[in-house]
Amino acid sequence: MAMTIHVDIVSAEGAIHSGLATMVYATAELGEVGIAPRHTAFISRLKPGDVRVENEQGEQEHFYVSGGMLEVQPHLVTVLADTAIRAANLDEAAALDAKRRAEESLAGQTAQFEYAKAQVELAEAIAQLRAIEKLRKMKG
Amino acid sequence: MAGAKEIRTKIASIKSTQKITGAMQMVAASKMRKAQDRMASSRPYSEKMLQVISHLARATPEYRHSFMAIERPLKRVGYIVVSSDRGLCGGLNSNLFRRLVIDIKEKRAAGAEPAFCTIGTKALGFFKRFGGEVLAQVTHLGDKPHIEDLIGPIKVMLDAFEAGKLDAIYIASNQFINTMTQRPAIQQLVPIVGEEQAEMPHRWDYIYEPDARTVLNGLLTRYIESLVYQAVVENGACEQSARMVAMKSASDNAGNLISELQLVYNKARQAAITQEISEIVSGAAAV
Repeated sequence: MAMTIHVDIVSAEGAIHSGLATMVYATAELGEVGIAPRHTAFISRLKPGDVRVENEQGEQEHFYVSGGMLEVQPHLVTVLADTAIRAANLDEAAALDAKRRAEESLAGQTAQFEYAKAQVELAEAIAQLRAIEKLRKMKG
Repeated sequence: MAGAKEIRTKIASIKSTQKITGAMQMVAASKMRKAQDRMASSRPYSEKMLQVISHLARATPEYRHSFMAIERPLKRVGYIVVSSDRGLCGGLNSNLFRRLVIDIKEKRAAGAEPAFCTIGTKALGFFKRFGGEVLAQVTHLGDKPHIEDLIGPIKVMLDAFEAGKLDAIYIASNQFINTMTQRPAIQQLVPIVGEEQAEMPHRWDYIYEPDARTVLNGLLTRYIESLVYQAVVENGACEQSARMVAMKSASDNAGNLISELQLVYNKARQAAITQEISEIVSGAAAV
């Protein structure tokens, strides 16, 4: 029997995958990593991309993660996947949005069209498109 | 017979109300199961994360993130208040707000001013009436809350904490004990209260990419987000079960009311018939 390593892929909203694998590939922040059983302890941030899990039958399973954390111990790989597309400026925009809503709701004003808000939405849409494009390239 | 007709319309209206509350009870029961599943499925993520964080904290003791710092004297405290978007769920929200008001009074007595981040329309409405500084809000998360919607408000609070505008952040939400019981609770979010664990049996450390500090920062933010998300999901389960119980007792009360009214109606009908007969009999006797 081939050597295996346990793989857990979990997100905040639920478990995505759990099982044994002979090899795991992921897009870490400094480049793609391949993790074989008994890999040394390792921790890294993940970039949006594919996580491939090769099981004992040699079949590959693909999971798309929009970022997150990768934790490796000799017999265990854990992918803490983000469910949202994260980037500093997007987070900032979300924070501003939450603030604005609070102010608006307290002042009782109706929302007006705001240039800043439109820009934020545009940035979000672009980031999502980019992630989708990446995914397509990887699959194709 | 005027009384009897009135009673009949009253019974009909109560019956239709009972139908509505009965339907709401069933909807809440089915939603509750899903909400409970969601609650359970969000646990492994934060448990795993806490494991990694506590390891990191022990492995790199020279770096203390501000979220893990020792407690500062409290001058200004932040509350993230998790409430439901809709009413008709018994005393769920008002119990939470009552608990919160007590806590705020205690904090004020100790010289700490509160600021709030509200999740759900009920909390927002409460602070509109109650007064208080709302830094951020989010409403209409729906039955399936997503962490994306929570990132913004949480960041507002965490930024305020890092900038020194808040000295501690608490989360106020309902804890799901069982279907019949929900307990309002206030827990400290930051500074993170981690139990000190025993020394590592084997000294080992991760290889960090890019470095321990960046990894730890990313993890801590996500950990706090996952805690808030969990509270939101748990509050959702509480909301559904509280609604189910409230609607069940409403249906039962409607049933009692109907049987009482039915009795009154029957008596009135009986009285009317008796009266009619006696009128006929007396009329016949007169002839």
